[in-house]
Amino acid sequence: MKVYRTFRTALKGLLRNPMRAMLTTLGIVIGVAAVIAMMEIGAGSSAAIRKSIAGMGANVLDVRPGAASSGGITFGAGTTTTLTPEDGEAILKECPAVRNVAPLVHTRTQVVYGSRNWVPTFIYGTTPAYLDVQNWTIGEGAMFTDRDVANANKVCVLGQTLVRELFQGQDPIGREIRIKNVSFRVVGVLGRKGANMMGMDQDDIILAPWSTIKYRVTGSSLEDTNQSAASSSDSSVNTLNNLYPGKQPALYPERSATQAADNPMPVRFANIDHLRVTARSTAAIPAAIEQMTRVLRERHRIHGEEPDDFSIRDMTQMMNTLSSTTTMMTNLLLSVAMISLVVGGVGIMNIMLVSVTERTREIGLRMAVGARAGDILRQFIVEAVVLCLVGGALGIVLGHGGSLLVRMLLRWPVETSPAAIAAAVLVSAGVGMIFGFYPAWKASRLDPIEALRYE
Amino acid sequence: METIIELQDIHKTYRMGDIAVPVLKGVSMSVARGELVALMGASGSGKSTLMNILGCLDRADSGIYRLDGQETAHLSSDQRAAIRNRKLGFVFQSFNLLPRTSALDNVAMPLTYTAGHLTEREARGRAAEMLARVGLQDRMDHEPSRLSGGQQQRVAIARALINRPPVLLADEPTGNLDSRTSEEVLAMFQELNGREGITIIMVTHDPQVARHAQRVVHIHDGLIVQPSGAGDESTGPPASEPES
Repeated sequence: MKVYRTFRTALKGLLRNPMRAMLTTLGIVIGVAAVIAMMEIGAGSSAAIRKSIAGMGANVLDVRPGAASSGGITFGAGTTTTLTPEDGEAILKECPAVRNVAPLVHTRTQVVYGSRNWVPTFIYGTTPAYLDVQNWTIGEGAMFTDRDVANANKVCVLGQTLVRELFQGQDPIGREIRIKNVSFRVVGVLGRKGANMMGMDQDDIILAPWSTIKYRVTGSSLEDTNQSAASSSDSSVNTLNNLYPGKQPALYPERSATQAADNPMPVRFANIDHLRVTARSTAAIPAAIEQMTRVLRERHRIHGEEPDDFSIRDMTQMMNTLSSTTTMMTNLLLSVAMISLVVGGVGIMNIMLVSVTERTREIGLRMAVGARAGDILRQFIVEAVVLCLVGGALGIVLGHGGSLLVRMLLRWPVETSPAAIAAAVLVSAGVGMIFGFYPAWKASRLDPIEALRYE
Repeated sequence: METIIELQDIHKTYRMGDIAVPVLKGVSMSVARGELVALMGASGSGKSTLMNILGCLDRADSGIYRLDGQETAHLSSDQRAAIRNRKLGFVFQSFNLLPRTSALDNVAMPLTYTAGHLTEREARGRAAEMLARVGLQDRMDHEPSRLSGGQQQRVAIARALINRPPVLLADEPTGNLDSRTSEEVLAMFQELNGREGITIIMVTHDPQVARHAQRVVHIHDGLIVQPSGAGDESTGPPASEPES
């Protein structure tokens, strides 16, 4: 009852000068509106960034073979040939923190359909698990199957860019394209994914069974997997060989032409270029790395202190960098908005001081009819708080409206944040309390006799 | 008759820097319940200071002030506020109504500080009743700027009476009014005093106004000079009277 009456008195006091009350609270309105809009737009963009990282596969880990070396000469990362699809299966089976594994074989070569040709950024040989790992979907048709992988069938799935470049809007499903003169039947088209964080077009891709790419397209054998080694053995091209006799000693005695003809040795050494692994969650990434390291070391028979012949990379660092950047920007803008709230509070204090002076006689009268100092203090604080709360409410409406407008006009992602609204209400009440206190205290300290005589 | 206000040897000195200015130099007087007293004196005689002490707005430096049997010298400011609210009604020369506030809300204002037990409806009902008593039942939602001086003063009287105080203190209540409305206000005082037995003390410097009182007390240079009564008051120091 008493609280209600105090609020009513305060409200009436303010409504005696509505224009001034409105102008006074304008600072708070703008401050709160800015805070709300910043919070909503900031939350929206960091959610969008998180989503786009998750779209690239936020929990994706890359396992790459390590560097091969021979006689003190390393050949660079990815040159050992020890990583196999079976490693992938073992990881999936033995690592509880891992959700899915896709082996990858890549190549870069020309693709031809009819009279058109194109060199896609990515030609990946993989398994159907790739879609799950990359959080991708098929737009049309179907993904190739595990049976296609086992049989090295010549089927493929195209990205949107390839459909545009090769087929120019025709339906590619069921057509044959040629990759390095091997013809592949198109069984599906991937959904659109857009550019990745490096700005590379992720839709410029062909997916095919890894076995097909490995054995039919790249046709790599033991000899040319290690390109450095291969080129160094080709003395007719690389004349530097004469200067630096880096020729590798042959592992086996060289076979004669007769032997090769009698006993053909097609190299079906099933090494792959890397494994793409997805962890069960972002939190499970360290566990996944630890488990995979254990499994791979065991399978590759690496003992004790010997270094790994593979490396595992994750994207958490990149994700952290990106989301901390947006968080920082949001906080920066938020602090600017906070400053405007403080400025609004100073405005309130200013006008409340004027109001106390102007209403000195009223204060004296209220004291004469029995208001205690505490009653006067309470009345003026409540007036300031009511001003701020009304300003806060207007600010919430304005800020929310502003962020909706931004979403509609600029198509920025925006996320409504109840926490921001609650904070705005608390902050504006707090501002009222802090900046209303001094004028109210001044009012309560007035001497009723002096106040009644004040002109 | 029962004494409601009793002053004994009240002293009050104001300090202007180093100079002490004695304003009241031992005022003693008593007012019986139901009296209508006029307090007269030239400006600077100390009558305003005496009024502030009577109104519990100020404290005397020494002396005893009993209001309705209660000693007030030792009261804290909050306790004095409570006494002002319950036992005293104030009417000012310049009305002191809240601007841009309806007559009804002006009258109900003192209830904000005491009547926690009253609902909003009861408070407004009581304010309306008071306004009717001063003859303003058809002006309840008028703001002070739309009321004449006499009407404003009547709103102020209604406000002073809302807590049903036994004592009404009026500081030059007719100072801003013309003679006709002054008569109206004074008639109202006489009626309140006669019919409801409210003790009224009014400060004035106008003998015409003082004529309406039962008793006139003259104050000069901080002392009561010749308490001359139209009523039955004794002229001696009131300390000799028996306490009730």
